[in-house]
Amino acid sequence: MDVPPRATHPYIPNASPPAREAMLAEIGAGSVEDFLVSIPQHLRMDGPLALPAPLRSEAELSAHMEELLARNTAVRPGRSFLGHGCYRHHVPAVVDEVVNRSEFLTAYAGEPYEDHGRFQALWEYQSLMAELLDTEVVNVPTYDGFQAAATALRMAGRYTGRRRLVLAGDIPADRLSRIHDYVQDAYELVRVPASPDAVRAELAAGDVAAVYTAVPDASGRIEPCAPELVTLAHECGALAVVDVNPLSLGVLAPPASYGADLTCGDLQPLGLHPSFGGNHAGFIGSLDDERLVAEYPSRLFGLVPTGVDGEYGFGDVAYERTSFARREEGNEWVGTAAALHGIAAGVYLALMGPHGMREIGQTILANTAYAQQRIAEVPGIALPDPEAVHFADFTVVYQGERTAAQIAASLLERGIHGGTPVNERASRYCVTEVHTKADIDDLATALEELVK
Amino acid sequence: MMISLPGTGGHASEGVAAEGAATGPAIGLVVNPIAGLGARVALKGSDGTDVQARARELGAAPAATGRAALALMELMARLPPGTAAPRLLTAAGAMGEDAVHAAGLSAQCVYDPGPGPTSAADTARAVAALLCAGVGLLLFAGGDGTARDILDAMPGGLRAAARASATMTGSPRTGAPDGILHRPRDSCGPRGVPVVGIPAGVKMHSAVFGVHPRAAGQAAAAWTGGRSGVKAAEVMDRNEEALRAGRVVTRLYGWLTVPDEPVRIQQRKMGSSAPDADAVAGIAAGLAERVGAGALVVLGPGTTTRAVAAALGAHDATLAGVDVLRVESAGPCAAARVILADARADQLLAQPDLWIALSPIGGQGFLLGRGNQQVSPDLLRTAGRERLAVLATEAKLAALGGRPLLVDTGDPVLDEELSGYVRVITGRRSSAMHLLSP
Amino acid sequence: MTRAVNGDATGVGTPDVAQARVAAKPATRRFHQARWDEKLIFELDAPGERGVLVPAPDPDVAAAAGDLAERLPSALLRRTPPGLPEIGQQRVLRHYLRLSQENLGADLNVDVGQGTCTMKYSPKVNDTFVRDPRIAQLHPAQDGNTTQGVLEIIYRLERLLAEISGMDRVSLQPAAGSAAIWANVSMIRACLAARGESGTRDEVITTSFSHPSNAACAKTAGFRVITLPPDADGYPDIEALRAAVGPRTAALLITNPEDTGIYNPRIDEFVRLVHDAGGLCSYDQANANGLLGITRARDAGFDLCHFNLHKTFSTPHMCGGPAAGASAVTAELAPYLPRPTVEFDGTRYRLDDDRPESIGKTRPFYGVVPNLVRAYAWIMALGADGLREVAETAVLNNNYLVHKVLGIHGVSLPYAEGQPRLEQARYSWRQLNEETGVHTGDLGLRMADFGTHYWTSHHPYVVPEPMTLEPTESYSRADLDEYAAILAEVAREAYDDPDTVRTSPHRAPVHRNREGSLDDPHAWAVTWRGYRRKVLGETSQDGT
Repeated sequence: MDVPPRATHPYIPNASPPAREAMLAEIGAGSVEDFLVSIPQHLRMDGPLALPAPLRSEAELSAHMEELLARNTAVRPGRSFLGHGCYRHHVPAVVDEVVNRSEFLTAYAGEPYEDHGRFQALWEYQSLMAELLDTEVVNVPTYDGFQAAATALRMAGRYTGRRRLVLAGDIPADRLSRIHDYVQDAYELVRVPASPDAVRAELAAGDVAAVYTAVPDASGRIEPCAPELVTLAHECGALAVVDVNPLSLGVLAPPASYGADLTCGDLQPLGLHPSFGGNHAGFIGSLDDERLVAEYPSRLFGLVPTGVDGEYGFGDVAYERTSFARREEGNEWVGTAAALHGIAAGVYLALMGPHGMREIGQTILANTAYAQQRIAEVPGIALPDPEAVHFADFTVVYQGERTAAQIAASLLERGIHGGTPVNERASRYCVTEVHTKADIDDLATALEELVK
Repeated sequence: MMISLPGTGGHASEGVAAEGAATGPAIGLVVNPIAGLGARVALKGSDGTDVQARARELGAAPAATGRAALALMELMARLPPGTAAPRLLTAAGAMGEDAVHAAGLSAQCVYDPGPGPTSAADTARAVAALLCAGVGLLLFAGGDGTARDILDAMPGGLRAAARASATMTGSPRTGAPDGILHRPRDSCGPRGVPVVGIPAGVKMHSAVFGVHPRAAGQAAAAWTGGRSGVKAAEVMDRNEEALRAGRVVTRLYGWLTVPDEPVRIQQRKMGSSAPDADAVAGIAAGLAERVGAGALVVLGPGTTTRAVAAALGAHDATLAGVDVLRVESAGPCAAARVILADARADQLLAQPDLWIALSPIGGQGFLLGRGNQQVSPDLLRTAGRERLAVLATEAKLAALGGRPLLVDTGDPVLDEELSGYVRVITGRRSSAMHLLSP
Repeated sequence: MTRAVNGDATGVGTPDVAQARVAAKPATRRFHQARWDEKLIFELDAPGERGVLVPAPDPDVAAAAGDLAERLPSALLRRTPPGLPEIGQQRVLRHYLRLSQENLGADLNVDVGQGTCTMKYSPKVNDTFVRDPRIAQLHPAQDGNTTQGVLEIIYRLERLLAEISGMDRVSLQPAAGSAAIWANVSMIRACLAARGESGTRDEVITTSFSHPSNAACAKTAGFRVITLPPDADGYPDIEALRAAVGPRTAALLITNPEDTGIYNPRIDEFVRLVHDAGGLCSYDQANANGLLGITRARDAGFDLCHFNLHKTFSTPHMCGGPAAGASAVTAELAPYLPRPTVEFDGTRYRLDDDRPESIGKTRPFYGVVPNLVRAYAWIMALGADGLREVAETAVLNNNYLVHKVLGIHGVSLPYAEGQPRLEQARYSWRQLNEETGVHTGDLGLRMADFGTHYWTSHHPYVVPEPMTLEPTESYSRADLDEYAAILAEVAREAYDDPDTVRTSPHRAPVHRNREGSLDDPHAWAVTWRGYRRKVLGETSQDGT
């Protein structure tokens, strides 16, 4: 019996034998091998790749993926208290509708004309974000908040020509790791507590390019002395770099309002799903100071007139800064990063408006305070900093015999994804606007039973 | 009927409109028949009668007539619908009439230069005659030198103030040249009869030329149709004598009025003569790091090397000459000063432990033997190949289109020894391998 | 009973039926892109409208929180609300959908013009996996027992890419191609440090036609950069490499084929030269689409390589990211991989964060997970044969397009004349430019009037008047014919009607910019508030 010819793969139309032969004939080539002659035989594979058998039909592929996805648990919103850099907030349906459109999803690097919509949406993102940050410049998003912090610090280094970077306060370890990897060749990192005296001492030692602090810090704490640190930095000619959670800025002051030169952070809270930590994007904002703008490595889109009255055109501002224009002579580098997340954040801010941003900030601050108080009432649990204001994240200390990991495991048995252990005796919890009072009370009740 | 003010858009120039509505506006044409002669024989322009004679001896034939004809044909083909054809006025023979005929058109001749070679004075007289006859737009075919002649002959043309030091170096942000006067925005609006340059010279650095003869014709057609405003555009003076000697000296000469047609009229070229300041600062730092503090560096002529010296704080380096610099410090605050300016070959040989820093000249890619003969074979041998620092931006290397940098020291054996790949300093901690070849 | 159709003697020629006949389509599309003439989002502001509502805190909760002003210094509280517009939900949606239509996405156009970008079809079914709550709603700190599926996907994708590259280990943490180049450079730095060669080996060698991020990442990491030019055949010149390598050589970062589509057959000699000098070799596999299943980085001796999952492995380009990168290394370099790695003990997948020699984090958590899921599903749909078919078809399509394009007057294919290309080609419009004055940038914009476009080249332009086309495996013969026909039409216009080309686009959402202000600090407008202050001359409402 004849073997039926294999169907052409749907992703490769010209794999069909008639198409292939007709094209070869038109070119005057005998086979595809004619085009591969430059690849020497001794560099060729001598057999096929050792890969699993393909799942050529969409049905088989979907079944396979379902099998894998079934081993993941999607947690109901109010039952997860995990945060610490990746947050579960409500994502408005309109945000998903916009960013899932083919036209946005599959556009790339066209000119400002045939891709006008992409340019306008990103310029609007820059502009909306600038209102939130109280800055006049915001970049096209970089990879993530880690990169934004690391780049902001290098910008400060280039701007001042100095070599020491003072990091004040409790900075998430992973972010610190990334910053270190990124600046180690040219800068010295100095870590100090978020205290004016400690920062003053390091500034006195000289050569400080920037004072960096995070509001909120690694444990969600709003550091009251942040404005003072900014002032201290300026007194010594250093720049002040402040890392923020943008979702807090409807209520909390944007760092630029107390003088920060560079504001940076991660866009994930603004309309991006957690996706196992896969949806991050970084922002940097500043005043429109020509010298500072010259240090951005990222693309900055600008609004210009076109040849037709009433038309908005867009293009790259000061393109010569970038590695696209000047290779290694540009600032750091620029490449494909996280543009669509910028568009998502823009849609999110447009939907929320000034009132929505104020209200969500108030709700999260209230939920956080309530959760801290409720949990602190649990015997055997203490808050390390009960007087501090927290946004979303907070740390609790277990004073009983059971370890943080054991308590997390027990909570999980009850369907609650509890705090992330930070050490044997402490965990980090997170609440957002998706948690109800009942959700928080359930957690507290569970902890009362588990923490002994 | 629309009243058109002098110096504003539209074509209804006074002298012609009176002749009747059926006729379009009058357009004048002047051709510099010897423009571009030098290009074919590598003489970098045709200013100077010696050069013209030499070019003719070398077999150059004028191309300006053909390019002017191309522009005229394009002008007639691109008139907006409903626009009356313009009346053409020109000068006799090679100064325009030939081009009009080559385009299959006819024109009224208002000036005759007579037999023999034409000169700048003929251009001036032709322009005066055309203006007197009431042309509303002046087309001219030539190069930067022709543009300067037109400006001199144009009552409304505006001359730049003379400056002692008029070398053009780049300012990265605005693209405007340093060391020259910026066009005053308010005090100097466009005035005078607008002109359109048909590019026919060797170098067209002035912003009055179409990007191509066809584009010049299109700009003229758009103006004829009343569709263009006008603006002032820079006329540049690039000293061709200096260029032949391997130096690039460009300055602002003045302004002419042109139709405001951004896509058709070329932007003033920065060209390789004006590397941007950031790139130069990087090269300067790279050079200082390579040679180290305390080193003596022979710095060749050219805008790149001079800008590099300036970036190191040595603002008194000469443009045309070969100087000796002492690098005072390397690192973030690299600095140098000139210790011997415009040195002769024998003076250079007397210095100990020299480095030699050179930049290739323009598009030809000559590194040695053009304009820097002071860097003699003896000096090169004494310093050694490893102490030869070649400086260039990546853009300048790319513009060579894969051609090697040329060495012609006059000593074929040395040329061979210098040949092969050299590490060109392109920026701060950046370099590119490039081939040196005799 | 069938009705009379074309060719039936009873139908053709009678007046009524002839009038009902639709004329044949013209040779090129009479395209016009959406032009909504849309305002800026700030101009849609209608005070009082709301886009979404936010849950208010329970009254007891609000009471517990107390008065924030008593707990924080006033400098930390926002004084004036952000100047965001107030817009009803559907108006926001409509605004952004209009903007979406003012793009040429790869799903809509024959997107073979964005050379080096590998604009292949991104299967829709893969998007459904990503949007599934069991990916979208997963938190990275969830207990490992509740995330075994996603960890297995990451683990399996690592194994697939290890096989495809021939390398031993792969990190999927880099956020994009350039981020993977950075990770590789950082690993090279860590490896040299471990060898005690930090200070002595400080030069990285790359090539003119490699992506600029190779040079830029190396420079940012503290290395000196040496760039090799192409020789007459378009390969980086091995003599230039010989002159460049030495005891200071840290690494070679090289693409092959480079953006010219020319494969350097002596690539293993390049690697050997650098290894002999004591340096490491990293392969930028941005242009791997013509090599899948044919030749591998390891086979040429490389120590590291990286893939762009948004290019070769089909994840969508998303207006410029999020993308995803994969850094692949030999066992010698594996200790330096970003942490954590995903490990499998035969029964359970887990994250290993205990990697003392690791360069650390390159990205929050574990990479751009949605794109890892898409890339995994794409490879699984193709298998070994399918990947080879992808490569061969990408190469066939490119050479077919080269054949078509070189029939157009005014274009050429510099370097290695008459030789085939792999998956892409960099053409030159130099002749057309000299004959018409029209530049490659103008031609590219005119293409937009026919519903497609092309990209020129990275800077500086080593090839004059460049155009880079990469047809990938995704496009059919008819697609390629259509693209070539548009290109031919635009080139013809450059000769016959250059004004139309120079002033294009005419049928795009907007006309050409007047962009002088983009480089003028006094006039550039990066944001709405910058535009209002500098261009409109407004002073801010709060007087600051």
